[in-house]
Parts: sequence; structure tokens; C-alpha cells
Amino acid sequence: MEIIKAENLTFRYEDSAKKVLEQFHLTIEKGSFTALLGHNGSGKSSLAKLFNGILLPEGGSVYVSGMDTKNEELLLEIRKNCGLVFQNPDNQLVASIIEDDVAFAPENLGVPSGEIRERVDDALKCVGMYEYRLRSPHHLSGGQKQRVAIAGIVAMRPSVIVLDEPTAMLDPKGRKEVVETILRLNRDYGITAILITHNMEEAALADRVVVMEKGKILLDGTPKEIFSQYEMLKQTGLDVPQITELSYKLHQAGFPVESCILSADELVEQILRVL
Amino acid sequence: MLKDITIGQYYPSESVVHKLDPRLKIVLSFIYIVAIFFIKNFWGFLVLGGLTIALSYAAKVPMKFLLKGLKPLLILMTITALLNLFMTDGEILWKWGVLRVTKEGIVMSAFMLLRIVFLVLGTSFLTYTTTPITLTSGMESLLKPFSKIGVPAHEIAMMMSIALRFIPTLIEETDKIMAAQKARGAALSEGNILKRAKALVPILIPLFVSAFRRADELAVAMESRCYHGGNDRTKLKELKYQKKDTIALILFVGAIAVILLCNLLGAAL
Ligand SMILES: Nc1ncnc2c1ncn2[C@@H]1O[C@H](COP(=O)(O)OP(=O)(O)O)[C@@H](O)[C@H]1O
Ligand SMILES: [Mg+2]
Repeated sequence: MEIIKAENLTFRYEDSAKKVLEQFHLTIEKGSFTALLGHNGSGKSSLAKLFNGILLPEGGSVYVSGMDTKNEELLLEIRKNCGLVFQNPDNQLVASIIEDDVAFAPENLGVPSGEIRERVDDALKCVGMYEYRLRSPHHLSGGQKQRVAIAGIVAMRPSVIVLDEPTAMLDPKGRKEVVETILRLNRDYGITAILITHNMEEAALADRVVVMEKGKILLDGTPKEIFSQYEMLKQTGLDVPQITELSYKLHQAGFPVESCILSADELVEQILRVL
Repeated sequence: MLKDITIGQYYPSESVVHKLDPRLKIVLSFIYIVAIFFIKNFWGFLVLGGLTIALSYAAKVPMKFLLKGLKPLLILMTITALLNLFMTDGEILWKWGVLRVTKEGIVMSAFMLLRIVFLVLGTSFLTYTTTPITLTSGMESLLKPFSKIGVPAHEIAMMMSIALRFIPTLIEETDKIMAAQKARGAALSEGNILKRAKALVPILIPLFVSAFRRADELAVAMESRCYHGGNDRTKLKELKYQKKDTIALILFVGAIAVILLCNLLGAAL
């Protein structure tokens, strides 16, 4: 079942002539985990904001769980269904106490006080930040802040969560924490995840990789299908995961290993078999 | 480091006063302030002093800590006392050139001093025993009835809590920018006032640019979290007016009544 559907989507910013998206089609399956890749300026962030009605299409439509984002009466319902997490955690947190921040969305939705408590506690436990609920955000590390930002979205009980380069500002430890949280949300809680990223290792964890270029879809497939197009990706200036790079180079050099391997374990296994 | 500045002076403790309804505390603080200006003789201040000590026990905020709050006001207090001492007409007790001290002047400056001291002590109870967030939510609730006549109660509260949230972030950022400019050879703490003011420009401009960017991003993030103003909004922590609040109200109003009754004990001293 599809949960997000962009149909014939055209979009440009008000004061500019350049179309950011043109004749764009994309459907996202319920429960899936999609990675969205592409250069800066290829329209990924704009697309994310079109998904929850922060931006509205110039032509075509976006449907979230069947609801058209152009329908103003459904706007809150759409935003509740499709949560957005942004790059800079500092600029997403609104309250000086973590549990108050996580409560922000349910408060806006008019959820009764007792149920807000329940949702806040659940969301904080889900991202592993429950012990910190009475602290202030500016005492946390970047990865912890980003997990609080994710909890703030989880507390809406959304069916889709779109994360716009959530790890770009984080150190390796923070990245790992956030990626693990996203995986848990997707696998254990059944939340559909769309991860916008420049990190190919993160993209390799998804079920599906979509590569955008200049407002269009360039490639779309499983990580294996995408990263096996080594030459094509390099030509457009994109990378492959380091492990894939290594397996490709080994393959080119005549070693009998597959050219596109996504995990270190798999590569080790194949090398051992050769030896 | 700038980061170490504490904003709002909350004194964490588990006292009854800390747990009172913030709305009650705000209203009582107003009553307290107004009452101070109605005290006509020293008996009133004596009882007020007793009330303050009792409050400090009840709130488990040590007197020493409360008195520290007066420090930044020492200069203001000295000037006020001196002005009143020398500028009041009346029975002259001591004279030297143009300076003269009158009996009325002594009484007047003592009065003004006491007023300032109690004003600060009384209001600091409010901020010492209430977290800024609770204070904000109390103010929102008190202002709500006035939103019908156009007072933006929810917006004021929202602005205050966002300001509280971002003050540490912006202070940290200022620290970083200052370090970056110093690394490029900016002399921030040298030269005369004009030079120093000029040196602030390369700090303030990046700070403002970044603050505007943050505001932009925050607005989008808030909308994404279904923010649509104060209508139909609920709260995680609902304010509850409880029995202990009524008891506190009665005790406090009683004490204020006693203080005002002291006015009947005759003129000043
Ligand atoms: N607020 C805006 N106003 C005008 N143009 C914008 C705005 N935001 C982005 N753009 C332009 O839209 C294009 C797509 O940007 P964006 O969606 O941010 O891409 P990405 O997230 O993939 O880097 C870029 O050319 C960018 O310059
Ligand atoms: Mg972007």
C-alpha cells in the first residue's frame, strides 16, 4: 500500500523562475525505508517540505495516506501523519526542558493532558532518552539532541517520518545513535522512513535508494541495484559506500569477488572463500 | 565564559512554596508590592520583615541567598538614600555648607531603603521558587481572560519560552564567534570605548544573521509539528489550583492585613 504519492509534481519558489521539481513522480510504500540521495540543490529538501504541506505544489499533487496536501482542512492531519526532522537539532527544539519539548506537538493537536504524558514517555523511551527528560537540551550532545527532535515527531504518532540530513552535523557517534534510532522506528514500530542523506553507508541500510538530480529521479532501486552502477554514480559525482568501492576495485583487479558488496561481513566472507 | 551566566534565578528545592500554583504566586507578589507602598510606619516594616523570614523558611531559600540579590542594587540604594537624606526639608539636625540633614530626611531615606530592600526580597521569592517555564505558563493563564480584548496571551508566553530556550544557544554562539574573531586578530578588549564598540560589529553581524536563519528554521519546524497558534491547545502540565493554594492565600492575605493595620499604630516613629 502506498503512503505517499507525488503525482506529476511541479514546484518552484515564488520569486524564482527556475523549476525545482518538474513532472515528478514518486510513490512510497507503507512500512518501507527509503534513502533519498542527490547533490545539493537537487530539490530533496523542497520535496520533503512538499510532503507535509509546508510547501504546496504549483502543478500536480502530493497525497499523504490518500489526503491531498492542497486541502487546507486536512493540513494538520497531514502534518500529524508525516513528520519532518531537520538537519540542525538546535533549531527544532522549542522548549527548555526535554519532556516539554517532546510534548509540543501533542499539545498543538489538543491531546488530553494524561495522554500527552503517555506519548511523551513512550517517545522518549523509543529514542532512548527517557532518563534525560527533565534536562535542558543545551546540555546534550548533537546526537542526543537529534534523538530528542525525533522523539518530538514520534509523539505525534506519525505513519511516515521524513529526515532531512539528520546526521549531517553530527560526529560519528551521534550519527550511529541517530541511524540506529531510525532503523528501530522503521523495524520495530512500523513507521515508514524516508532518509535524505549524503552518507552512502547510511543509504545502504535502506530497502530502496532514490537518486535525484536537478529535480528529477535519476536512479531508483534497491541499494544493490543502485550501487552496482559504479561508473554512472561516479560520473554524476556521487559516491558508493567504502566497502562497495573496495569490492569494485578488487573485482576490477581480477579478484573473484562480486563487484557490488554492501556490508563488510559479506566482503570478508567472499575474500575468505577465495583464500 | 559567557556560558556560565545563569538566566532567571531559580533556587531548586522541594518546598511547599515551590509547589504552589504559579498564578497564585504572581498575584500575591503583586499584592505584596502594592502593600509595600501603603506602609506608613516602622511597625509595618517590622511585621513585613517577620513575614519575609517566615517565607524564607517555608520556601527553604536561605536568607543569605536572598540578600545576595540586593548586591547589584547597592549603588542605586546608596544614591536614593543620600538624595533623600540631604534633599528633604524639615527640622535641621546638622549643617555643613549647602549640605544639611533633617530629621524628616533621615526617616525618609530609611523608608525608601526599606521599600527597595523588601521590593527586591519579595519579588525574588517568585523567581527563586518558580521555574521560568512555570512562570510563563502561569502568566499565560492569568492573561487568558484578556485575550478577548486583544491581549495576545498565548503569543507572549510562547515568545518568552522560546527566548528562554534560545538564550543559552545564542550565548554559546557568541562565545564561538568571539573566539573566531580573536583568532583572526580582533582586539576585543583593548582600546577606548569607541574602539571596543567598533570591535563588536564583526561579532554582532554574524550573530544576527545566524539568529534570523535559526528563526526561519524554527518556524518551519514548529509548523511541521502542527503548531497553529493557541487555539485548542492542551498542556502536558495543566496548572491545578489546590487546597494548599487556598491555605497559602489566606495566610498571606492575613499577614498583609496585619501589616496594613500597623498603620493605625500612629505616625512614623
Ligand atoms: N527558500 C527558497 N527560495 C528560493 N529558492 C530556494 C529556496 N530554498 C531552496 N531554493 C532553491 O531550490 C533548489 C532546490 O533546493 P533544495 O530543495 O534545498 O535542494 P537540496 O535539499 O537537494 O539541497 C536550489 O536550487 C535552491 O537554490
Ligand atoms: Mg537540503
